[in-house]
Amino acid sequence: MARIIVVTSGKGGVGKTTTAAALAMGLAEKGHRTVVIDFDVGLRNLDLIMGCERRVVYDFVNVIQGEARLKQTLIKDKRNDNLFILPASQTRDKEALTKEGVGKVLDDLSGDFDFIICDSPAGIEIGATMAMYYADDAFVVTNPEVSSVRDSDRMIGILSSKSRRAEEDREPIREYLLLTRYSPERVQRGEMLSVEDVQDILSLNLIGVIPESQAVLNASNSGVPVIMDNESTAGQAYSDVVARYLGEQLPHRFLDIEKKGLLGRLFGG
Amino acid sequence: MAMGLLNYFKSKKSTNSASVARERLQILVAHDRAGRDAPSYLPQLQRDILKVLRKYVAVEPGAVNVNVEHDEHHEILELNIVLPEGERKTG
Repeated sequence: MARIIVVTSGKGGVGKTTTAAALAMGLAEKGHRTVVIDFDVGLRNLDLIMGCERRVVYDFVNVIQGEARLKQTLIKDKRNDNLFILPASQTRDKEALTKEGVGKVLDDLSGDFDFIICDSPAGIEIGATMAMYYADDAFVVTNPEVSSVRDSDRMIGILSSKSRRAEEDREPIREYLLLTRYSPERVQRGEMLSVEDVQDILSLNLIGVIPESQAVLNASNSGVPVIMDNESTAGQAYSDVVARYLGEQLPHRFLDIEKKGLLGRLFGG
Repeated sequence: MAMGLLNYFKSKKSTNSASVARERLQILVAHDRAGRDAPSYLPQLQRDILKVLRKYVAVEPGAVNVNVEHDEHHEILELNIVLPEGERKTG
C-alpha cells in the first residue's frame, strides 16, 4: 500500500510543483518507489520541472478515460529508476477528473509504489479537491505573505472536512507546513512574517523552511528538481524535508542571516 | 563603499510591516475559521428566531445575530438581539 501525499496551497505560485518534484526525487533517492502525478489538468507543468516534457505520450486523463494503460503512460525518470511521472492533460478540462476515476488510478498505483505524490493545482476547485481527496499526508506550501497564509488556512479547513479520511471518519490527514521563499534578511528588517508568526497563525507541524534561492529558477530552467542541487541552500533544505518526513530529527537550517564580516557589510553583499 | 555604508544605515530603519501583517492575519484567520466551523443550521435558526421575535416586537431584519464560539471545553451559542429604540419604554 502506497502512502498518498498531496502538495497543496490554495494560492498559486508559492512553489507547489517545485516542492512536489523535489519531494518525489528525494524519496526516490532514498530508495523508495515513487510516482508523482500532475493534477493541474489543462495547464501541465510538472513534466517541465521534472525535465521529461518531450517524453509525454499519454496523460492522466487518457488513463482515467480508458484510452491508455497506466504502464504505457507513466514516464520513467532517466536519473532515478525508482521515480515515475504521470503527466496532466493539456487539452482536457478539469471536469475529466472524477472521484471514481482518480480513485481507480491511485488504487492501481498503490500496489507498485511506496509513495504517490499528488501535485495539486492552485485554487479550491475540482482539480485541487481531487488531488487532496485520497491523501494520507498533506504538505501545505506557504509563503510568508498574507494572502498565501490565509489561503493555506482555508486549505487546512478543506483538508479536514472534504477528504476521504474525513468522510470515512478515519484518522485525519497528517498536515505539514512547508514555508518557502523565506528570506531571513527581510524577516530581520521586519518586512516579512517570521517562521514563528506563520506557525502561530496556522498551528501546523513545521516540516521545513526553504530559503529564497536563485537555485530554484536555475533548476526549473534546466528541468532538474532543485533537490539535486546539493550545493544550494534550497536543495539542502529540501533534502532535510525528505529526511524529516521519513522520521529523522533534524534542526531547521537557513533561518538566520549568514554572518557577514564588517568589510562585507561596508561593501554591501 | 559609500553605498555600502548608506545601505548599512538604511537597514537600521525598520519598517516593520511584518507585525501589521501578523495582526491582520490573526483577525482574518479567526474570522474565517468561525465562519467555517459554524454549524450548518445557524442561518435557519437565525431566520426562525427572527420570525418568532417579530410576532411580538417590530425588529429590523438584521436585528438577530447568532454566533457559535469555541473554547477548549465548550461551545457557546451566542444570541444577540438588538431591540428598536423606544421599545424599552413600552416594554
